[in-house]
Amino acid sequence: MEPYAALMASFVLCGIVAAVMVCASWILGPKNPTPTKLEIFETGNPPMGSLRGMRFPVKFYLVAIFFVVFDVEVVFLYPWALIFRQLGWAGLVEMAIFMAILGAGLAYVWQVGALEWD
Amino acid sequence: MEVFFSLAKIVVAFVIILQLTLLLLWVERKGSALIQDRVGANRANLFGGLLPFNLGIVNTWMADPLKLFHKEDIVPTEADHFLHWLAPFVAIVPLFVTFAVIPFGDVLRVGGYTIDLVAAPIPASVLFVLAMASLAVYGVVIGGWASNSRYSFLGGVRGTAQMISYELALSLSIVSVVLTFGTFDLQEIARAQGQLIWGVIPAWGVFYQPVALILLFIAGMAESKRAPFDLPEAESEIVAGFFTEYSGSKLSVFMMADFVEIGIVAALVTTLFFGGWQVPWLGREGFQFPGGFAIALPSLVVTLLQFVAFLVKLFVFCWLQILVRWSLPRMRYDHLMAFGWKRLLPLGLVNVGLTAVLVLLFDGWTVK
Repeated sequence: MEPYAALMASFVLCGIVAAVMVCASWILGPKNPTPTKLEIFETGNPPMGSLRGMRFPVKFYLVAIFFVVFDVEVVFLYPWALIFRQLGWAGLVEMAIFMAILGAGLAYVWQVGALEWD
Repeated sequence: MEVFFSLAKIVVAFVIILQLTLLLLWVERKGSALIQDRVGANRANLFGGLLPFNLGIVNTWMADPLKLFHKEDIVPTEADHFLHWLAPFVAIVPLFVTFAVIPFGDVLRVGGYTIDLVAAPIPASVLFVLAMASLAVYGVVIGGWASNSRYSFLGGVRGTAQMISYELALSLSIVSVVLTFGTFDLQEIARAQGQLIWGVIPAWGVFYQPVALILLFIAGMAESKRAPFDLPEAESEIVAGFFTEYSGSKLSVFMMADFVEIGIVAALVTTLFFGGWQVPWLGREGFQFPGGFAIALPSLVVTLLQFVAFLVKLFVFCWLQILVRWSLPRMRYDHLMAFGWKRLLPLGLVNVGLTAVLVLLFDGWTVK
């Protein structure tokens, strides 16, 4: 069997088992919904309306942006790491320049206080 | 026949992770009891408690999921129903599939066939593991969003920020391992660790990459969202985080996903740093001790020993994570972020650079 076909088969097996596990209590469990039970849990108080449009701290958004920036750069390290022995010193120098830029970016972000969480 | 062996391997890999998960449920309950000087789970019995002894591990590991499966499934009226159903599914499938690329043995020789003991022997399995680990974030964020509850949403956002922050450290630690071994194939990495340093010490990754091991272990624990990194489900602050509005089997799937992730971190640590299925000085023909002493073993016994060695290592690192979980208090969120971005990320970058220089300077430093 082709390796990727085996992977696909594995996906199918895991998908089926996971679907059965997710649906198990819908199939096996009791069904006795009451309006109170179907309310959203807010420590016993009546829910304060929908969440849609609620604001949340912008810091989470900043983290996501930094992640995209740095993770894309880390992804470039993978092919380099794989063929590093063929590249030799030239590869090291090139990646050192790249990593210096990455490090400078990190230092800048650190410096302006974007990594502070308060 | 080939297809049969492939399917059998897939089932074996899946059964390992499924049983490991259920076993860890019990080990966690008993282990936490041991650490906190309690008795722990001891009420599992059959036929309404008619048996004179409690069934311990065997029954507890079935009783926990079975009980949750028989609970009512509640979807809040205001929730997004489709996403609410999708989230647990998305949370667990990528984690289950990851195990298909983890090698659990060298080769099995049966009746003229030589079977590579990895369910899906794809050449870029390291990348596959990373990709699937990243996909696990979606379960958290979809679950948090779909419930339409403030606590869930906060948990989901926290979980996302934490998981993506620590993913950087995780990726960097794996980059340095790839640098050391020069391959993306987990099976080849495991095989390379069968060599010996100075003819004595097994060439396990831990001796080449101790810093990467620490990075991977910490980042992996943060990825699995467990104490001291359990901010997304901090019960004293946000009820239960992203699965506040879940009940029954969906809740059990989310909890199971945590345990599967423990298993995956343990499997990665084992495969990348502790030789995977390698038994020290055990080759395909039997033991070859340093100093010329050798014991010849049949191929089947060798395979069995390696499989057992893999499971033992897996359990040890799962247990280590449970130990850490029950020993350390929860971190503060700003400390968590600062630790990920200001400590682990620079450390990972330095480790990659240092590894690259060492690989070039000492060609014989690593196995090839």
